[in-house]
Amino acid sequence: MSIFKRMSTIFKAKANTALDKAEDPRETLDYSYQKQLELLQKVRRGVADVATSRKRVELQASQLQSQSQKLQDQAQKALSVGREDLAREALTRKSGLQGQIDDLTAQHAQLQGEEEKLTLASQRLQAKVESFRTRKETIKATYTAAEAQTRINEAFSGISEEMSDVGLAVQRAEDKTQQMQARAGAIDELLASGALDDATGTSKDSITLELERMSSNSDVENELAAMKAQLAPAEAPKQLSQDAPGAAQPQQPAQQPVQQPARPQDGDA
Amino acid sequence: MIVRIMGEGQYRLPDEKLDQLNAIDSDLERAVSAGDQGAFGMAFPALLEFVRSGERVADDDLHDSDAILPPGDSTLAEMRELISGDGLIAG
Repeated sequence: MSIFKRMSTIFKAKANTALDKAEDPRETLDYSYQKQLELLQKVRRGVADVATSRKRVELQASQLQSQSQKLQDQAQKALSVGREDLAREALTRKSGLQGQIDDLTAQHAQLQGEEEKLTLASQRLQAKVESFRTRKETIKATYTAAEAQTRINEAFSGISEEMSDVGLAVQRAEDKTQQMQARAGAIDELLASGALDDATGTSKDSITLELERMSSNSDVENELAAMKAQLAPAEAPKQLSQDAPGAAQPQQPAQQPVQQPARPQDGDA
Repeated sequence: MIVRIMGEGQYRLPDEKLDQLNAIDSDLERAVSAGDQGAFGMAFPALLEFVRSGERVADDDLHDSDAILPPGDSTLAEMRELISGDGLIAG
């Protein structure tokens, strides 16, 4: 049997089962309408759930992104002080993170797709439910139980198909969201434990410490330089003019003997 | 005739296109029965595209479909499960 026909048969069987339960068919109109409103609620909750997951993935991606940026900065810093080994290490770890970021980006796109699909499904269902409500009132007002049957069948089969469709859409979205939540949970744990820093599996502690020591060294140097500048406010304008060729005052440090012991360049050479 | 693509909505196709539609549907049916991933990857998108070329049915139109297709992003495995009718369709 063709794909088409099998699917339609399944749907129609479900619609008929719902109708068979009816005694006065008109009574089932209200009951079905109630079910439709419940489903509408459910699909709206589904949209909200998917949105929550999407936001979580966004947050994680931005956290990983900033870790990645940090490693990039560290690599640059390491290279600027001639430590290519450390720079290499930092970049290796950064490329490990990139895999996770790519994965999250793909998940994000998928969740966004689900969110859009469910939003549209919710709009379609809403329109059909509204249409059903109008027809339900007409049927109840106009027809006797015997006459109503055909009209009710028509209204039912139209809405029941939509409900099955939306029901499946919600179910699929839930499944996908759950899978991603499990993975997102794992990434949260990794982020919390700092294990992502160790993406390459090498013993990184000493390297990180070394990078940090170097970065704190340069912080110290920067601070020292700032303090020196403050100690000699009169020199400030001259310092600013250093960039201009000819106006430079290379002998400047010599004017301030105090500076000599703390010259940062000496320490790093 | 009205054809539903699940998760997308309904499309109205002229009745004279039915033969063409059946031919594409048979290709899909063969691919799914044989579990042929390559053929499925060709036949399903072709069928979806054919249906989408129809006119969209208004959201508030309460009409059941003459034919129903699984969601456009269904995998071969999902489709086998769907057409077997085992507990996949809610309601």
